Amino acid sequence: MKPNFETIIGLEVHAELETRSKMFCGCPVVDSTEAKPNIAVCPVCAGMPGSLPVVNQQAVEYALKVALALECQINNTSIFARKNYFYPDLPKGYQISQYESPLAHHGHLKIRTQSGEKNIRIRRVHMEEDTGKLTHIPPNNGKPGYSLIDLNRAGVPLLEIVSEPDIRSAEEARSYAVTLRTLLRYLGVNSGDMQKGVIRIEPNVSIRPIGSSEFYTRTEIKNLNSFRALERAVAYEIQRQQNLFRQGKTIVQQTMGWDESHQKTFPQRTKEEEEDYRYFPEPDIPPLVIEDEWIERIRAALPELPAAKYKRFIKTYRLSSDDADLLISAQSISNYFESTVSTCPDIPPRTVANWITGELFGLINQRNITFEDIKILPRELSALLSLLHHGEINTNTAKAVLTEMFETGNDPKTIVSKSGLNQISNIAQIAKIIHDVIAANPKELETYLNGKETVSQWFFGQVMRGTGGKANPKIVKAELNRQLLELKRKQ
Amino acid sequence: MTQITELTFQEIINSLQSGEISSHQLTKAYLKRIEKLEEDIHAFITITEEQALTQADKADKRFAVWRKDKTQPISPLLGVPLAVKDVLTVHNIRCTAGSKILGNFVSPYNATVVDQLLDAGMVILGKTNTDEFAMGSSTENSAYGVTHNPWDLSRVPGGSSGGSAAAVVANMAPIALGTDTGGSIRQPASFCGVTGLKPTYGRVSRFGLIAYGSSLDSAGAIARAAADIALLFPMMSGFDPKDSTSVNIPIERINLQDNIMPAQLRLGIPKEYFTSGIQPEVEIAIRKAINVLESLGIEIKEVNLPHTKYALPVYYLIAPAEASANLARYDGIRYGSRVDSTEMWDIFRKTRGTLFGAEVKRRIMLGTYALSAGYYDEYYGKAQKVRTLIKEDFDNVFKTVDLIAAPVSPTTAFKIGAHRDDPLAMYLEDIFTLPANLAGIPGITFPVGFDSHCLPIGIQLMGAPFQEEKLIRTAHAYQMVTDWHTRKPIPN
Repeated sequence: MKPNFETIIGLEVHAELETRSKMFCGCPVVDSTEAKPNIAVCPVCAGMPGSLPVVNQQAVEYALKVALALECQINNTSIFARKNYFYPDLPKGYQISQYESPLAHHGHLKIRTQSGEKNIRIRRVHMEEDTGKLTHIPPNNGKPGYSLIDLNRAGVPLLEIVSEPDIRSAEEARSYAVTLRTLLRYLGVNSGDMQKGVIRIEPNVSIRPIGSSEFYTRTEIKNLNSFRALERAVAYEIQRQQNLFRQGKTIVQQTMGWDESHQKTFPQRTKEEEEDYRYFPEPDIPPLVIEDEWIERIRAALPELPAAKYKRFIKTYRLSSDDADLLISAQSISNYFESTVSTCPDIPPRTVANWITGELFGLINQRNITFEDIKILPRELSALLSLLHHGEINTNTAKAVLTEMFETGNDPKTIVSKSGLNQISNIAQIAKIIHDVIAANPKELETYLNGKETVSQWFFGQVMRGTGGKANPKIVKAELNRQLLELKRKQ
Repeated sequence: MTQITELTFQEIINSLQSGEISSHQLTKAYLKRIEKLEEDIHAFITITEEQALTQADKADKRFAVWRKDKTQPISPLLGVPLAVKDVLTVHNIRCTAGSKILGNFVSPYNATVVDQLLDAGMVILGKTNTDEFAMGSSTENSAYGVTHNPWDLSRVPGGSSGGSAAAVVANMAPIALGTDTGGSIRQPASFCGVTGLKPTYGRVSRFGLIAYGSSLDSAGAIARAAADIALLFPMMSGFDPKDSTSVNIPIERINLQDNIMPAQLRLGIPKEYFTSGIQPEVEIAIRKAINVLESLGIEIKEVNLPHTKYALPVYYLIAPAEASANLARYDGIRYGSRVDSTEMWDIFRKTRGTLFGAEVKRRIMLGTYALSAGYYDEYYGKAQKVRTLIKEDFDNVFKTVDLIAAPVSPTTAFKIGAHRDDPLAMYLEDIFTLPANLAGIPGITFPVGFDSHCLPIGIQLMGAPFQEEKLIRTAHAYQMVTDWHTRKPIPN
């Protein structure tokens, strides 16, 4: 049965800007998952009486980079606003954000979907500050529970990127988020380290019967911090709404949470319970004026962005779409690929790509390290691939050598010569080995001579085993065939 | 022999520099005077005797070095005592803002103005009384008791900088810092018969000034004479990297010696400020003062500020709106006092419900309402538009005149408790001072006479942005030919 609903999804993404200091004070931005609590706190980010915010220019610059990479229009004058609500992790009782006149608006991000490239419009990009972090200690042995507040994260610059409701499926939502994360990493403004909560995603989801052009009631899912959670939460929510719709029940406008352990969304608050944030322009910060000259300087300094690099990799290196996608996922990887390719011009870039995305990624995943941690230099990988390309080692040996390079950081030639892994390409040597193998297996030879030619495969295996896999398989195959045919003829 | 606390500001400076008196002696004399009068007047919330004497001794050491080698210049304010309104933070000193909610808050930093004046060698005697979070016109809203007007102890000193004004007129401090959001320097200065300057918005850093209405707050000075402010003001103004709304227009010094009267000054008299409701004695005294100024060579012109009547409603939308957000941080979680409970929202409710006073709660509610969804455009949004019109009124008038003269307040100091049950009557006290805050322009007030109850009457001069020097020089010129500012309520 064809689906008779269309899904409408918009995404709000909060990304921390990893500047040296916080958005409105001089406190350093520390890794809030590792640092001791409350070591990066001052009167400003603790919201002490009489303290005042001062805008961090580097944060504005980072935000502009992102806005320009998303092809947004920049507001030459943007305005900070206070978003008022009470919570113990919000020191001032309001969050400094932007409301009317955000930093930038009307941008777009191209994502790849199963049916090709798709343009997702960006509604707005604005700057704000992060909150602190609460840790709740439950009651224990009759002792009452309590909560601890860590303000290290309070005041860390945040960028909110809001899309138009152009996303049509959970897969597209994921693709959008992945693409955006790659972009943020390219721009050097965010590590993309999802486990540390540096990117938080809030999808709003509604459905409508196919053919309808109006928007139906939507729900918003709060604070998702992995792509998997995003995809599953959206898929769950779509299904939930479809079920309600089919049963003739109303979909309530509400904010949902995602229950990771039960893999389901649950209602947090309804529209009636939504807070009135009473936004008004922040009187402590004059309007932020961004001169065109500043915009142009930042635009000119933007790096090659992932989408452009993806296209160039396919065109210049004739890579498959999947390989290109994997290689552009981080600048460290694409740079590694390009340096490797440039040091071994006689090896097809596709081969280099396969070795990186296949073998190297495999090793990285097994050891659970990051790409930046690998010990193998591009020129060493290229040396390894040259050995293989010139027949000095075979593929299996190359894989083994790569593993050793990965572990020890030694260069491939040393490993190969030290452990005698050089491929045997000397025909005379190989001929002698083959001769000995055939002579040692008269029964199998007889079977072969009786017409069962597949036995030649068995002989091939014996020879390779006998040489510890070092014999050049092409030469072995040719010489084996030659000797067997010779014996057949002599029959 | 004259008591030390009776010395004029210039005499203090001369005596300190000549070595006739030490800063330690001077500080001790003021602390003694405070001790003697505090029970009757209650100008201070916190007296910082120990720190003051340490600072005084430090100043005396500096003087000793200087006297041996006078090639290194010293600050004219070295060793001079100062009282600081308790909404400006001083490092390691309790700062209450007149509220119970900050009853135990010891500031870990100096306000920038405090920093500047400590750098200039001044000695801080203590923190003066204020209406809670500077919300009020009488100091009756202080959680630490009302300040009494030294001219008549049954009357208020005005507010919210009532403690500073009372301290200066009672010789409990030679000079004091105040803050002015809607008249809180000018009105108490007027009620107490002293000189008060509210600077241009942004000219003095707000860092460390406990915010009430952020777009209106300015820190300024209350002194015995305009000449004293001329010495203090350049030291406390200038750009502060910690305050993005501060302006980089420094003042080197204000020269009172040459041309006592700035040449060819034009003074505007706005008819909107001389309508009904003014105590007749107040209007008469102001008219007389204008005549004195005219006799000094100032040209008098009638001017119009047509949007004046909207200042009060506009102010009471904008200031409470900003206050409702500014005071949200007092939740008992990170600092200050807390009323504890086992439930989070209950802590917020009880702490704020118990520890804020009635006027503060009233303004938080007003502001919250004005910003609420559905009301924003009608109230806060519209108020901002009218604020622009009020500002434009002044811009236009300052094309034809240099200064504007007006009453400070419709009446002289009123009895303690007179407006207790009538907040609106209290709000009307500020009707002539609010417009300068809405427009961000500077204003000065100084005494120009007394009413039949022997209560001081003040006049207010307003100037275009950054024209403090003209205001101070004009007030000084007036004070050179009159002696109202030298009258004192309490003999030593």
